[in-house]
Amino acid sequence: MPRRVGPVLRTTAAVLAGKAARVATRLRGGGSAMPGLVVERVDPAFLTHALGRIPGGVVVVTGTNGKTTTTKMLAAIIAAHGRTVFSNPTGSNFTRGVISSMLGEIPLSGRLDADVAVLELDEWHALQFAKVVTPTHSLLLNVARDQLDRFAEIDTTAKLLAALAAQTSRGVVLNRDDSFVARVDGTLAPDVEIRWFGIDPAVADDLPPLAETDARFDELHTVPDPGDTDGMLHPHDARSFSVSFGAQEVGPVELKQRGLAAMINATAALTTARMVLGAEFRADAALAALRVVTPPFGRGEVIDAGGQPLELVLVKNPAGFTVALGTYGAEPVTTMVAINDDYADGQDVSWLYDVSFESLRTKGVALTSGVRGYDMALRLQYDDVDVTHVELDLEEALDRLLREHPDEPRRIFCTYTAMMRLRRLLAARYGLANFGEEAPA
Amino acid sequence: MTSKGLINLVHLYPREMSIYGDLGNTRCLAARIRRHGYYVRVWDHHPGSTLPDEPHLFMGGGGQDSGQGRVEADLVVIADRLRGLAADGAPMIMICGMYQLFGNAFITVEGQELPGLGILDVTTRGNAKRMIGGLVVKTQWGEVVGFENHSGSTLLAPGQAPLGTVRAGNGNNGTDHTEGAMTHNVIGCYLHGPALPANPRLADHLVGAAAELATGRPFEPGEIDDSIADEARTRQVRRLLKAS
Repeated sequence: MPRRVGPVLRTTAAVLAGKAARVATRLRGGGSAMPGLVVERVDPAFLTHALGRIPGGVVVVTGTNGKTTTTKMLAAIIAAHGRTVFSNPTGSNFTRGVISSMLGEIPLSGRLDADVAVLELDEWHALQFAKVVTPTHSLLLNVARDQLDRFAEIDTTAKLLAALAAQTSRGVVLNRDDSFVARVDGTLAPDVEIRWFGIDPAVADDLPPLAETDARFDELHTVPDPGDTDGMLHPHDARSFSVSFGAQEVGPVELKQRGLAAMINATAALTTARMVLGAEFRADAALAALRVVTPPFGRGEVIDAGGQPLELVLVKNPAGFTVALGTYGAEPVTTMVAINDDYADGQDVSWLYDVSFESLRTKGVALTSGVRGYDMALRLQYDDVDVTHVELDLEEALDRLLREHPDEPRRIFCTYTAMMRLRRLLAARYGLANFGEEAPA
Repeated sequence: MTSKGLINLVHLYPREMSIYGDLGNTRCLAARIRRHGYYVRVWDHHPGSTLPDEPHLFMGGGGQDSGQGRVEADLVVIADRLRGLAADGAPMIMICGMYQLFGNAFITVEGQELPGLGILDVTTRGNAKRMIGGLVVKTQWGEVVGFENHSGSTLLAPGQAPLGTVRAGNGNNGTDHTEGAMTHNVIGCYLHGPALPANPRLADHLVGAAAELATGRPFEPGEIDDSIADEARTRQVRRLLKAS
């Protein structure tokens, strides 16, 4: 007669199987989601069990751009307040990736020992996650065109975010400046608190368009004036900024990661941390944490490559590429652009035509690379940006960049799989931390 | 260098119907017009605005359902003008959502019939299945490559010429191997990518027709080096044919 396996044993079996898969995957140098897949097969209720009783809350960070950076900042701020934080810092933002990243620290009981969980999830997986674990808080960053071949339309993405917000139990943090996110405010349960983050209107006019056109409604959506719990970003210069909550000014602060996108992410993280921590939020602890957060892999990460800096900048969609060019365009350096078109990059490269590359004209582009390297060169040609070489093979291109430009700073804009490949090549050459491990701060 | 003439290029609904990089077609047309030695003026036509007195070339892109809904009322206003210009040989390239709106009708999944402009003799039905992926089409300008992303399934009426024959991907409907439609110089198709930068012969057909309409003289093309575009296109065509 078959014995029934109780839920606890099933979880233990799942943890063991997952841990084994994790070791196997690491030995092979493989992807970060596979061990999670093993656990999901063995124990579908694993997540509910692992995260169901975390006392300080389960915070989900989602949206198109800035998830990884913001999650890292938010986790660091909360940890700086003496909390044990569980997070998935590898950019592995599917539910399986969350499970995989738990396996390193979870006991066989399957119950995670942490005060707060801060989880980065992509828009679709955030909703799948919410079906098994109710988030206490959600931070909705933005909605932009990203991998339309997967989500089909940004209106659909906006609906996913609204559904996530509707399932959040305590509070949501919304982007005032993104109509797709801001309109979520009308669809929440009545006892769910809303807080907003945004850019000070006084400077917002000087910025490139950061949000997509929302053509769904006739009337403009108005958001309430910022109150004492809403974080408003005031950039002072390219590096330094403050965030005001009513009369309270948090800052000034400088991040290790440059640019407006990082400042907006920090504003979102501060606003959310204040909500999660309540009266225990301390500005000095938060600022100290933000000052030392290093950029995640390939998101503005600076690598010392032979005595000169090499910046890896991940670009995934028009809004992200536009902001990245705005950030880095003021300091033109030798540039390479690497475009792949795998599933994780987005198979359609049309979006490159929604970005203006004029800021690269001064120095031109040394190399384009990746499977769609010729399409990138063609795109640059239409903006009158000179391209010196097209070298589709990423390793050859990297070699050439380092060989021909040894004594100057270099920058590579790259799509996701191109970034992963380049990061791996660079890690092997310059002894960097491997994927799945965080570089020491 | 003296200009060979001014070409008015109208981008229909750039806010509502240009979500998949179709703006690249406008950028490409404007750049090529200049490189061929003509002046160009780009007109963004938004719902409620007035068309220029002498438009010579039209571009319209793909949108989301919400965007499509927002432009329908304006299309009714400019419909007769567009029909007259199309009949007089004005070149127009309409991608995806605008292609569907240039047809006779769009029939939703629920069976509701939304009338179109009827410039192209095609009818589109909403479909549960989305057709997504690389698309290679054999046309009179050689092989044309792009990326399709549509749920509408389009059927050509008898006698309606397609833009070309599908060699990889789905095209109009995934069954009859046709892609797009062409009447006079009006082309409708599902080619994002965007369609024109990597397919300069198709782009220059439109530019040439616009130049003739604008100046009353035959098109006087300039010298353009398209070697990068040719590399991008032929490599992508080879990849997609190999995969299909």
